[in-house]
Parts: sequence; structure tokens; C-alpha cells
Amino acid sequence: MASVLVFLDVPALPLPRAARELLTLARTVGEPVVAAAHRAEPAMLEALAANGAVKVYEPAGELDTVLVAAKAAFLADAANAEQPAAILLGNSFEDREIAARAGIKLGSGVITDAVAVAPDLAVTKSVLAGSYTSTCRVRTGTPIITVKANSVEPAPEVPATSLERVEVPLSAAGPAARVTGRSGKRVSGRPELAEARVIVAGGRGMDGDFGPVEELADLLGGAVGASRAATDAGWIEHSAQVGQTGKTVSPQLYISAGISGAIQQKAGMQTAKVIVAVNKDADAPVFEIADFGIVGDVFSVLPQAAEEIRKRRA
Amino acid sequence: MQESATHPLNIVVLVKHVPDAQFDRHLTGPGHTLNRAESILSELDEYALEAALQLAEARGGEAAGNRVTALAMGPAAAVNAVKKSLQIGAYAGVHLNDDALAGSDAAGTSLALAAAVRAIADSQGPVDLVITGMASTDGETSLVPAQLAERLQLAQVTFASELDVADVDGVPVVKARRDGDSFTETVEAPLPALVSVTDQANSPRYPNFKGIMAAKKKPVTVLTLAEIGVDPAQVGFDGAWTAVAASAPRPPRSQGTIITDDGTAGVQLVEYLAAQKLI
Ligand SMILES: Cc1cc2nc3c(=O)[nH]c(=O)nc-3n(C[C@H](O)[C@H](O)[C@H](O)COP(=O)(O)OP(=O)(O)OC[C@H]3O[C@@H](n4cnc5c(N)ncnc54)[C@H](O)[C@@H]3O)c2cc1C
Repeated sequence: MASVLVFLDVPALPLPRAARELLTLARTVGEPVVAAAHRAEPAMLEALAANGAVKVYEPAGELDTVLVAAKAAFLADAANAEQPAAILLGNSFEDREIAARAGIKLGSGVITDAVAVAPDLAVTKSVLAGSYTSTCRVRTGTPIITVKANSVEPAPEVPATSLERVEVPLSAAGPAARVTGRSGKRVSGRPELAEARVIVAGGRGMDGDFGPVEELADLLGGAVGASRAATDAGWIEHSAQVGQTGKTVSPQLYISAGISGAIQQKAGMQTAKVIVAVNKDADAPVFEIADFGIVGDVFSVLPQAAEEIRKRRA
Repeated sequence: MQESATHPLNIVVLVKHVPDAQFDRHLTGPGHTLNRAESILSELDEYALEAALQLAEARGGEAAGNRVTALAMGPAAAVNAVKKSLQIGAYAGVHLNDDALAGSDAAGTSLALAAAVRAIADSQGPVDLVITGMASTDGETSLVPAQLAERLQLAQVTFASELDVADVDGVPVVKARRDGDSFTETVEAPLPALVSVTDQANSPRYPNFKGIMAAKKKPVTVLTLAEIGVDPAQVGFDGAWTAVAASAPRPPRSQGTIITDDGTAGVQLVEYLAAQKLI
């Protein structure tokens, strides 16, 4: 059976949902083989095997702390050793850049933003800010595909078989930018925006107070999102921004609060399954894409909804 | 470290002519390509141009020997992206225009742009920085900057939300901040480097009357594939490493229910979520 090489940059357990999605997808196309950016501890090897991996490529030493170049070189080396039928990565900025550079090294076409990959490697993606869906194919080289989170349901774990380990000698990454500092972000305890099943997002209409948005998000077990107006104002961190220059999300439920619905905002959220909008302006463009729209004030609607949820759960 | 050690920068900014996202955009024809009427300079490239202008101005601008060249690849109309860049403040423009480029994917585009940057270096001297936007607003893949860095073997400083070039012992070094999902990084690279900037990096300036008049006198060089030594078979539809087999507009979202808050909208919202089995 042909193998599918899955690039994983997971420094520690637990294995994130996005990684399990990629391994699940790989199993529908061939035999999952992992290219791990970090040397795997025994528990990590067990987790990979339990998710169907049969082989793991690991760098012979720590990869250089430089932007992208070292990881791209490692992935290309692993691909040359494995000769897989396809290469899968996540869809973060960094994963796409690794895919981009490995693509040039391997002479292989790259397709980003995949939402589905068929067994014959036809790739479905949404384009033009979510207004079109297209089916693409790689014509040259080994298809390299970056897959959006929430595209597949992770399969249950399987009894672990033995996992073959292959060391990849470190090769020169070429000129690269050195990472000189790294500061972790505040951990909110909420789900990752890109993976969240429920998102409550606030805009300029929140007028500096994200309390009602956070309260509703927590009651729904969701993530907090924002428009650029809200992140630019500094009411919430930039990583919460949804849209063209923020995150693209496809949750089951997106509640938009005090957001007008500009094209750049819609670009990031219009593929959500259900869209709820609360805005005091009946002419706000967000109502054109809302499944359930409320013309009203966020400061009365959101707290009342939160209160009602609590009442029902009591 | 002395002030006089500051040496001028030769900067190439990539600018793309893209369909205005404010209008409906359509994929047409056998290649499922974008209808390019109603095109403008990609909004995200304005941040790249602003970053270039600020770096050059901090070193004395054009008078001190700095160069900011706007480079666009695309059909005849794409020269408008170059002209707009000149009006905003770029010092010179280059338009790479060749029929064989139609239908290029990221691999073909990065191949052609890499050759164009080399051609600019051949005529002007070494290029210190290639600056791009974080993505094009049409293709949206963000593949081209990284592929260009790979092809030109430049240090890659992508998604910079803060950017500076500082002289360390007389040697210019790019310093940038990069905001990831779970952390923020600071990165440093020696020149030459490829930089892409986000829309957090600065506030782009608008062209003013003086700029619009001055732009008329600025040079625009038109290049063909032959002039930059690229085999037409390696670009365009035929040379593309990926192909679009089918495309369809997303079905419009069906008209939803819109209510006006009568004092119970919060409760009605929860009823709706419960009916949809979302809580
Ligand atoms: C290059 C570029 C990239 C961009 N990228 C993004 C992006 O990624 N994401 C993004 O979101 N935007 C992006 N934008 C900005 C975008 O164009 C809009 O400016 C932005 O989305 C507006 O945010 P907003 O809807 O919160 O604010 P506004 O447009 O000001 O809307 C605020 C809304 O709140 C409503 N409101 C006010 N008070 C209340 C209240 N008490 N109760 C209920 N409703 C209330 C108002 O009726 C209004 O509709 C980008 C712009 C550019 C140029």
C-alpha cells in the first residue's frame, strides 16, 4: 500500500485534534507515515501508533531554531526517503510555508486550504473568501496538501502495531532568519479558535467590553473571536481576529455580536454551519448571511441569552 | 558603530493587480481563472510598500541612494498596480508582462518573480530586501513569498507585524516580530532577506496630489520572459504544477429569520439554538 507522509510539529502530548484529523485523513488514502519535527518520546510514539502511523521519520538532532527553512529541509529529506503518494500538513501560516518551500525542493505542486481530500487525491477547497468551492489536483511531483482544521472527524484509536523509526540526517537549511525570542500567550482555557465548534465573536459594537461575549462563549464551551475593529482597538488580543487577515473558521455555530459584516470579516466566517447575528442596525450586511438575526443591543441580548442558558441548566 | 556606516537599501516590493473584493468575483473559462475586470492594487500590498518606504526614508530616501522598486507580474492592465505604487511613493516600477504567464500557479509565479528580481539586481546592483504582502487577496494561499525565499535562497522573515532594519556593527540586520497562534516570536536575519508584512505592520499612506503628479515622471520598465531568461513552458497553464478541475459558486445562504428585539430576543436566541441542537 502506498504511504502518505503527515508532517507533525507537535512538541508534546496530548496529540491535538488537528494532528489526529490529518492521520485519519491519511488512512483514507494510504498508510500513514509521520515526519515529526521533534524527536519523539516513547509516549508520543505510542500515540502516533494508536492513530494508525506505521513509521516515523525524526530529525537526527534538534532542528535549528530558524524560521521555516530547517523544517522544510527536513520534510523534503523525509519525503525523498519515503517516496510517499502524498504529503499532508496542517493549514497554519507556518505549515503552509513549510509546504511551500518543500514543494520547490521536491518539484511538487502544493494545494492549501483543503477541506476534503478524495482517495484519488482530488482536493476540495473554498476560494475567493469562501464565495467559491473548487476542486484541484497536483499535476507535478508528489501532491503536497495543507488541510484546514475541522475537515474530518478523527477516527477512534486502534491497537498499536509496531512503529518503525527512521532518523533523517540534518541537512543545511540555507540562509534563514534566527528566532531570537519567544513569548507564550496567555492561556485562556478556551478551545483554539481555528478548531472550535462554537465561536462567539465581538466587534466595534462591544464598545470596549468583551465581558458579555466571553460569558456566552464560556457557557457554550466556545472560543472568543473578534473583528479587526475590536482587535485594533486593543479590546482583545490580535490572535482572536477572524477574517481575511485573521483566522478562517468553519465552526458549527458562529455568533456575531456588534459586527457589521464587512467583506474582510465574512471572508473568515461565512462557511460556518449556523450564523447568528446580533446588531442594532437592521441594515448591517451581516444579516444577509445570518441564519438567525436579531436587531437589538448586544448589551441586553447577550446577557439575557446567558441568563436563559443558566436557567435551563439549573 | 557610526552613523556614516548606514548604507542605502535596494528594496523590491511585489505588488499584485487583483480583482476588487468589494465586487462579486467569478471564476470562468476552462482554466477556472478569475475575471480580472475591476482590478486594483491588492490592499495587502499597500502594507508592503509602506514598510519599504519607511525603511528607505529612515536612511535618507532616494537622495541617499536608497531604492524602492515596485514589481508587478500580470497582463497589460497590471501596470496600474505599478502606477498606483509610484503615486503612493515607490521610486521606480517594473512590469513583468508576457502572454505565456497566463494561468501560472504559485510555483510558476515564484519562478518568474525570482528571475525578475535577479534581472533587477543585474541592472541595479544587489537587492537587499524583497518585501511582499502577507497574501494576495485573490489567490489567498501565501505560498509565493516562501517559494520566492526558497528559489532566491534568501532568509525568510514572513508575517512580520513589526519590522525594522538596524545596523549592527555597520551591517544591516532585519528585525521583526511575528505573531503565531500560541506565541509571539522575534526574529533576526542578515540581508539580503525576503520579508512579508501583515496588516498590523503599519498604516499605509494614500497618494496625494504631489505624488500623483510626480509619478508621471517615474520610470516603468516592462520585462518579458525572454528578457529575464525564463522558458515559457515552465510557467502559465502548461507549466503549472497544480490545476483547477472544477469550480462552483457557493450556494447562497438561504434567507434566515430576522427578528427585532422586543425584550425577549435573548430567550428566543436560546430557543433557536436548542431547536438547532446547538445547546
Ligand atoms: C486589508 C484589510 C484587511 C482586513 N482584515 C479584516 C479581518 O481579517 N477581519 C475583520 O473583521 N475585518 C478586517 N478588515 C476591516 C473590515 O473592513 C471592517 O472595517 C471591520 O470588520 C469592521 O469591524 P466591525 O464590524 O467590528 O466594526 P464596524 O464596521 O464599525 O461595525 C460595528 C457594528 O456594531 C453595531 N453596533 C454598535 N453598537 C452596538 C450595540 N450596542 N449593539 C448591537 N450592535 C451594535 C453597529 O451597528 C455596526 O454594524 C480589514 C480591512 C482591510 C482594509
